[in-house]
Amino acid sequence: MPAIDVCDLHKHYGDNLAVDGVSFNVAEGEVYALLGHNGAGKSTAVEILEGHRTRSSGSVSVLGFDPAKAQREFRDRIGVVLQTSGVENEFTVREVIDLYASAYRRRRTLDEVIELAGLEEKVDARVGSLSGGQRRRVDLALSIIGRPDVLFLDEPTTGFDPAARRKSWDLIEALGDDGVTVLLTTHYLDEAEHLADRVGMLASGKMIAEGTPAQLIEKISGTVVSFMLPHSIETADAISTFGPVLGGDVRLSGRLVETTVDRATEVGHRVTGWAIDNGLELESLRVARASLEDVFLQLTEQTRKAL
Amino acid sequence: MSAFPSSPSMVLRQTKYQLQYFTRVPVALFFTIILPLVMLVLFNALFGDNTIETNEGDWPVRQFYTGGLAAYTAVSATFSNLANMVPIRRDEGVLKRWRSTPLPTWIYIAGFICSAVVIAFAGTSAMLAVGVVLYDLSIEWAKMPAAAVTFLVGVGAFAALGMALASIIKTASSASAAANAIILPLAFISDVFVPADGDSALTAIANVFPLKPFVNAFQACFNPFVEAPALNWGALAFVAGWGVFGLGVAIKKFTWEPSGAGPRGRRGARAAATAQG
Repeated sequence: MPAIDVCDLHKHYGDNLAVDGVSFNVAEGEVYALLGHNGAGKSTAVEILEGHRTRSSGSVSVLGFDPAKAQREFRDRIGVVLQTSGVENEFTVREVIDLYASAYRRRRTLDEVIELAGLEEKVDARVGSLSGGQRRRVDLALSIIGRPDVLFLDEPTTGFDPAARRKSWDLIEALGDDGVTVLLTTHYLDEAEHLADRVGMLASGKMIAEGTPAQLIEKISGTVVSFMLPHSIETADAISTFGPVLGGDVRLSGRLVETTVDRATEVGHRVTGWAIDNGLELESLRVARASLEDVFLQLTEQTRKAL
Repeated sequence: MSAFPSSPSMVLRQTKYQLQYFTRVPVALFFTIILPLVMLVLFNALFGDNTIETNEGDWPVRQFYTGGLAAYTAVSATFSNLANMVPIRRDEGVLKRWRSTPLPTWIYIAGFICSAVVIAFAGTSAMLAVGVVLYDLSIEWAKMPAAAVTFLVGVGAFAALGMALASIIKTASSASAAANAIILPLAFISDVFVPADGDSALTAIANVFPLKPFVNAFQACFNPFVEAPALNWGALAFVAGWGVFGLGVAIKKFTWEPSGAGPRGRRGARAAATAQG
């Protein structure tokens, strides 16, 4: 039985379909990332699984419990990092860990939690005096006190500096290696690529793609050809100029011209031939395998057009 | 697997935590405990030599103030304190976090209420002690059981009403304003700050609300002209009735989510849907 099983989940607020028929499952010990823009329905879906919101329809099971009905036994076995939630500011890190631990059956010791969350130097600091990143680590610390079997992380590293993100990744990886099932939401594609065994992409409340990061990259499209727009060409003319040459959807971001193609050799040959004929040098010319980010951009673009 | 800690021990733990929290918020401590004491000293310095005529004789106003402000302290520690603190914790997202833990929600709320009762007991006792030392408050032991029962009914009812207000009003800033807007005018017509004229329209209004019955019932326990046991069952039943009403509202309307979270999420989703549509 999967640790998390979601089937045809709907959440409607009036006419607004926040979650619109999403299905997925997460195996025991798997790290699964829900990826999407703000408002794609990630947090709504996760909060239904945590038992914080009710669903409009569909079936949901977490560790065999229905989160909408399950109470104490269920909450004892999950850990939750909410997107935003407060901690008692007037208490020290030691005090809040001790306090929240009192609610669980299978407690980690203070030292264990502090070490896992990397809060050694802040044990006796008041929560109110901590930086944003340090508070987020307190959130993480509080979520793992009860040795959860399933851990929900709703944008756990948003607002972190790169070093702090790396550190949190190490913690999440360590928990994953320990057999904990992790469901995380993020809009950082590198985070999903780095941490997740499988990724589900959400857009407008729908699951638009699912698979391992490698499968998604493989399945969607081949290769990205990109270069800087030569200075002799106005940005307004870029797409009309390069559309025919590259023969596909051309994206322009700043002065970077980009296209995703199946037959990179042929397109590469055409574009370099065109540049030589016109006596131009294509700066930063790059032919590279598509990243998860390209897949995501391409898919959300397709969804937008389809709507 | 080991069992969950027992409920009484968890209520005790939560009560201790709420009390710790209370002592670390100086503004709450000031308004709940210190301010009524300051008012006691101030009113007595201004009007302390006056008396109130009763059928049996002249009742020193110092005793009136001590009893009235002691009851007021009990109300401020429960009603005002909970109506202030609960929405603050909700806005901060602390309530939602506790909701994510296996702690039964009734134990969290019980901790809140028990701590408010402990604060009320400390504040009221301090007030009575000052009354005895400085303002010849008469303590007749035969009437103390009545004082204790009146106190317990009052704090129970006002704690429930505080939770009710915290449930109806969604943001911390408006909850604190509403609590004061309710309790201060009511205190003026309910024999707390000034003895009210028995037959006036204001007294008739005050008698609709639970503050005056509670204050009068508590004052009676320290009024030398009232015979023991000094229990006013009618007033207590009336106060308790308000408490039951408050409890009903609190159970029906209480929310754990910060007020901004629901609408923000929906608006965000709608904005995104529009942008993509």
